[in-house]
Amino acid sequence: MGSSELQRLYQQVILDHSRERHGFGLKDGAAAESHQVNPTCGDQLTLRVHLDGDTVRELSWEGEGCSISMASASLLADLARGIAVAELPARIELFRELMHSRGAGVADDEPLGDAAVLEGVSKYVARVKCAMLAWVALEHDLAQLAR
Amino acid sequence: MSAVSAPTVPAMTNERVLRLKEDFPALRQQVNGHDLVYLDSGATSQNPRQVLDAERDFYESRNAAVHRGAHTLAALATESFEDARRTVAEFVGVRENEIVWTSNATEGINLVAYGISNASAGRGGAEADRLRLAPGDEIVVTEGEHHANFVPWQELALRTGATLRVVGLRDDGTLDLDDARRVIGARTRVVAFTHVSNVTAVINPVDDLVALAHAVGALAVLDACQSAPHLPLDLRALDVDFAVFSGHKMLAPTGIGVLYGRAELLDSLPPFLTGGSMITTVTADRTDYLPAPQRFEAGTQRVSQAIALAAAVGYLRDVGMDAVAAWEHTLGERLLSGLLEVDGVRVLGPSTAEHRSGLVSFDVEGVHAHDVGQYLDDLGIAVRVGHHCAQPLHRRFGVTASTRASTYLYNTTDDVDVLLDGVRGIRSFFGAA
Repeated sequence: MGSSELQRLYQQVILDHSRERHGFGLKDGAAAESHQVNPTCGDQLTLRVHLDGDTVRELSWEGEGCSISMASASLLADLARGIAVAELPARIELFRELMHSRGAGVADDEPLGDAAVLEGVSKYVARVKCAMLAWVALEHDLAQLAR
Repeated sequence: MSAVSAPTVPAMTNERVLRLKEDFPALRQQVNGHDLVYLDSGATSQNPRQVLDAERDFYESRNAAVHRGAHTLAALATESFEDARRTVAEFVGVRENEIVWTSNATEGINLVAYGISNASAGRGGAEADRLRLAPGDEIVVTEGEHHANFVPWQELALRTGATLRVVGLRDDGTLDLDDARRVIGARTRVVAFTHVSNVTAVINPVDDLVALAHAVGALAVLDACQSAPHLPLDLRALDVDFAVFSGHKMLAPTGIGVLYGRAELLDSLPPFLTGGSMITTVTADRTDYLPAPQRFEAGTQRVSQAIALAAAVGYLRDVGMDAVAAWEHTLGERLLSGLLEVDGVRVLGPSTAEHRSGLVSFDVEGVHAHDVGQYLDDLGIAVRVGHHCAQPLHRRFGVTASTRASTYLYNTTDDVDVLLDGVRGIRSFFGAA
């Protein structure tokens, strides 16, 4: 069941990540932590950044929400691992651009890795906030690191 | 039953509903390749052309500011505006000077809460004495309230030093009257509660709660948002002191709501919003206010919306509120029993249709409500997902969000069956079954 549009939104890799959540479970020793809430549906998420010098060692997070918000956090945890902190703002901005593309996509989504599968979300304006939840949390973490 | 009390309007049937549905332009469309099945009237209802025409007719024939100006259009506009007030007052069994126009029900509750707040700050003279709150006083709400009937009271308590107390629910979502008897006491000054829950569909025992409130001299404030559109409502018979409801949930446009207040209470309540059109005399030192309801209607009013609401009330009256209530009970029963039979679906609220309205909120095990709503939307079915502005209630049921299907007079039993079919496919689609 479900139309091809719906299948495109809920790709198998997204459903998999929503169940097998990478980075799930908060760990100690974080350089920054942010808690985000999506007030329209009550989804919430806490995301911590763990560093090795100027590089992200890993993200650890906990939260509850829809499959899109949970999969997006899981995919972000995969993407951020081993990346220089200085590179993250550009990736977050690219992801935001993808989410606001209304289904048009972006010219080059390579820097987003597997998270590019969330492109289908951009056709559903009401779901963009779900996909952005973890990324906004990471943005807040980075703002703390910059202080 | 005597012949005299027999209903004068025909009972609702699918055939009659389909004829009514012809009046609703928004319901005649396809969404995602399917005929729209609109099951979100608990959030906002659709408008029949009679209502849309009434609003358009006002703008085309007699648009003018009300209660000011001496020209012909101003007089006609004022007359229509006050006729609308009378129509709505009669619809809920009260007098027209007891009806205050607001933007929505939320503003109505805030008007009462801020009026009490202003009384507590010393405004309103001797007649407002009975409304003043101080530390030691208690405001009582229930765990089942919409945030609109919760947060304004919480804020009022914080401003006045009064204490907010919350009456709990039983596991099936019904109000715990024993707890209400424990909580409502000598210190209670206000008891605010919903008539019908927007989540569990529970119809509260208004008589019992009003009796408990009045026995200790407290004000009974009723949130009638989910009852005024769906059940015959007689506020005088219910004996509540204040009540609110919203036009957009009962076939009218957005931007118009109603506050009912017992006449002597409205006349002793200090104003909330102040400014033009609510005064008698203004000097540099002081201002005297008009009596209710004008005292509470500062600034330019929602004239076309009030007229449209009166048209909506006329439409509901023609259909017959007894017939509407009976039909929605039929739909609600079908919805409830159907959902209870789906594997992995948990219904929030009582599992029998008795004392329930025509809506059902449910949780699909292993699938978030947002995903449920997305799946159903793909089938052209509109439902509400989220916490429905009732976080304490959802917390009580141990969930953060749920899916709500809510029916109205334009829904058929087929609409319910389409939803049930859709729900049956959800868990396998998301790999949760």
